[in-house]
Amino acid sequence: MSRRPVFRHPSLPKNDLGYTRRDYEGLDSTLCAGCGHDSIGNAIIRACFELSVEPHRVAKLSGIGCSSKTPAYFLGKSHGFNSVHGRMPSIATGANMANKDLLYIGVSGDGDTASIGMGQFIHVARRNLNMVYIVMNNGCYGLTKGQDSATADRGSASKKGRPNPFEAIDLCESAVQLGAGFVARGFSGDKEQLVPMIKAAIRHKGFSLVDVISPCVTFNNTPTSTKSYHWVRDNMEATATFDFIPMMPEITTEYEAGTTQSVAMHDGSLIHLHKSDNSFDVKSRRAAIDALENYREKGQILTGILHVNEDLHDTHEILTTTDAPLNSLTEKELCPGNEALEQVMASYR
Amino acid sequence: MKKLTAVNDFVIRFANVNGSGSASANNLFAKAVFRLGVPVSPKNIFPSNIQGLPTWYEVRVNEAGHLGRRGGYDFVVAVNGQTLKKDYDDLESGGYFLYDDTRSLSDEFARKDITLIPVPLTGICNREIQNPRLRPLLKNIIYVGALAALLDMDFSVLTDSITKQFSKKPKLAAPNIQALELGFEYVSEHFTDICGLSVKQSDKLTDHILMDGNSATGLGAVYGGATVAGWYPITPSTSVVESFEKFTGRFRMEASGKRRAAVIQAEDELAAMGIAVGAAWNGARSFTATSGPGLSLMNELLGLAYFTEIPVVLVNVQRTGPSTGMPTRTQQSDILSSAYASHGDTKHVLLFPMDPKECFEMAADSFDLAEALQTPVMVMSDLDLGMNDHVCKPFEWDDTRKYNRGKVLDADQLDALTEDWGRYLDRDNDGVGYRTLPGTHPEKGAYFTRGSSHDEYAAYTEDNAAYKRCMERLAKKWETAKGLVPASEINISDEVNTSALIFYGTTTHAALEAVEMLGEKGVALNTMRIRSFPFTDQVLEFINRHDRAFVVEQNRDGQMRTLFINELGVAPDRLISVAHMDGTPPDATSICQSVIKNTKPQKTKGGAA
Repeated sequence: MSRRPVFRHPSLPKNDLGYTRRDYEGLDSTLCAGCGHDSIGNAIIRACFELSVEPHRVAKLSGIGCSSKTPAYFLGKSHGFNSVHGRMPSIATGANMANKDLLYIGVSGDGDTASIGMGQFIHVARRNLNMVYIVMNNGCYGLTKGQDSATADRGSASKKGRPNPFEAIDLCESAVQLGAGFVARGFSGDKEQLVPMIKAAIRHKGFSLVDVISPCVTFNNTPTSTKSYHWVRDNMEATATFDFIPMMPEITTEYEAGTTQSVAMHDGSLIHLHKSDNSFDVKSRRAAIDALENYREKGQILTGILHVNEDLHDTHEILTTTDAPLNSLTEKELCPGNEALEQVMASYR
Repeated sequence: MKKLTAVNDFVIRFANVNGSGSASANNLFAKAVFRLGVPVSPKNIFPSNIQGLPTWYEVRVNEAGHLGRRGGYDFVVAVNGQTLKKDYDDLESGGYFLYDDTRSLSDEFARKDITLIPVPLTGICNREIQNPRLRPLLKNIIYVGALAALLDMDFSVLTDSITKQFSKKPKLAAPNIQALELGFEYVSEHFTDICGLSVKQSDKLTDHILMDGNSATGLGAVYGGATVAGWYPITPSTSVVESFEKFTGRFRMEASGKRRAAVIQAEDELAAMGIAVGAAWNGARSFTATSGPGLSLMNELLGLAYFTEIPVVLVNVQRTGPSTGMPTRTQQSDILSSAYASHGDTKHVLLFPMDPKECFEMAADSFDLAEALQTPVMVMSDLDLGMNDHVCKPFEWDDTRKYNRGKVLDADQLDALTEDWGRYLDRDNDGVGYRTLPGTHPEKGAYFTRGSSHDEYAAYTEDNAAYKRCMERLAKKWETAKGLVPASEINISDEVNTSALIFYGTTTHAALEAVEMLGEKGVALNTMRIRSFPFTDQVLEFINRHDRAFVVEQNRDGQMRTLFINELGVAPDRLISVAHMDGTPPDATSICQSVIKNTKPQKTKGGAA
């Protein structure tokens, strides 16, 4: 359990809305000290603070597991919904259908997503729901004391010692194949990469997956685990460093042509990717999958923004729902009235 | 041989191959009877298959207005070779057997007690219909034309129906009318007074409609203000959401082409229910529609909605279980699994419509009820009600009606609060708290919804006393529900009567007919039609005033009877189960037999339960 200091400096910086970072915090965490999940929660807090997101215009949703407890620890002024195991995507879908104007942040884990919730994960990606889907991925079931999850790499061994004999599910690769418009992988120990990654995910309109490797300090931080702090640090390769520039005039002149890829987001924000030898065209699904497979073969973890497609329609656009949030409509807009009913009745005579 | 003779009182059965286009011809016949003002109840008896298996369409024509299944059939249109012999064998003595004699009957068709009506349907079709692609369809229309002549029906009702049906495609009307005439003329030329059954214009139906329950439910959801539907296709509930989608296409479209509704076909029933729950949590009126197998999957999220107090609506169009059961046959066998759906202590509000009018009304009302009580509400329809056409009175809507959105605090109300707010505080002592919706207020009213134990302020708790307070409050809410759900329909025909008949939903039609038949035999019964769960106080009062009550329902185990015993503490030997469970709608005769069997030994109570 980690406690935040209660003392706050009176001249804490404020964002455009006049909120301090503290306005984006939640309750004290009850996770194990050093848990990667708390770092991700802090990255969410910082991303929302820096983007001047209105806290009460966020709905945070989760399933069951250590990861799914974390929405209690950030954005205390937002409504939260800690639902049931693996079902967050459907709850988020319904919530989003009811009010398209809020920001939906779903938090899940590797068990909650890649096993019991795999079906819902796949289909929420397919329908391109406008939400940020964060997986706090530690390769194990923490709350039930360390069983391997479906994202544990084959051969990786947790504290229990037995190497995992099953193939791992790569959620990013799946999401690219499912047509998700924003796919990124981060590491809980690298907030310099994670914060802008979450910001870009928030600004993407449609389904954004942020899969964050988040070591479990209690059950899966052994030298034999491929999701331990030291293993990830030693074997992580970034696809390209990047900047996220929210809705500002384009300033590409800073970057040399050919070494930078810029992606304009739906709302005018920009992602500038500073290319290295590792990098590839993030707009290409094939390139993303090739890169992920190449690094997997080398036993390395590829992090960074892996795929962006700003040309997709989100669920509301696909369904052509009305512009006003459906939960704001009243009898006047919804009920056809008795005269129309009489006409319907006549057609059944 | 004594031929059956009757005016406006018989059962006709059409034996077809499914996928052969027979449905529209058979509907045309039923609708013609309806338009002649005669009470009619058509029932489609179909296989879980798309093409090639036997399917039957049974139409009861009944001037007296009995709309339940009668059992047996007096006239059969036998156009399915696969079932020809059985259709022949099962025909009532004195009945009529219309068949396609393009191929003649073999020697084993040797009954002397029925009248054969050979009509060379295929031959006429091949000779007279120029377009070969239309022949299989129009062959069905030819037998409808033949029936019009045999049953002495007003022919113009049929031609008017065709004209109306094809008003947008008048080119198709002409060959259909030609086919009707071909059948009519053949019979008129070849037979004279062969059939003793007839359909005569009646004044029994006035402003009635003929509609299937699922269309009515979908329409009710539109009128009730539903905006989000999450669903997964399953027979027999699929057409509920299709109807909702159709009527939103008609009534909820904006000039821009945008729709005031979101219908999402989910990946499974778990997600379908999740979508409905998520939308309801966020303040939209939302629902799902399913049947038994889907209900089993939805248990998880129903428990979540019960414990987190989310006002979601589930339409359960029941079919024959258990497991996959008989997907295209009817039953009322999800009573217990709906009432107590999900693990832990749960109870859910159930509504039991008996006809399309009640499907419409209860679907619309269910959203008010769910939001007033902040709990799931299930509309308990069934396959017979949902998928068959039923005669009923037209629906009405009070244009001054306001939706009851329940206790939801908006930003002004949150600002005006002088006392402490907690999502699950029982301010009004009715078990129902005040909820807030995401995005309402920058500083006030945010809370954390969770399926884990929570205190009055929605905070996670493992405090035993707080958990107990929560569960007791939910029990108090259940008491509140008793004052809000629709009352049961009670008919006391005789104040000193000691026996009663209790029924619900689609069992009603046969049960009421049985009461009439029993009355003629000198067995008088008071009746009660259950319309909702929890049971209102009048239900126990009614049961208590009788020595015994027969509970008629469509399942093996007498599930409603079990619910009476469990919820009301009624002594089991006072409730006698009259169970009809073979997947067909119940018929009055079997109910009568069951009641009489259990009535004769007057000294011993009960017994057959």
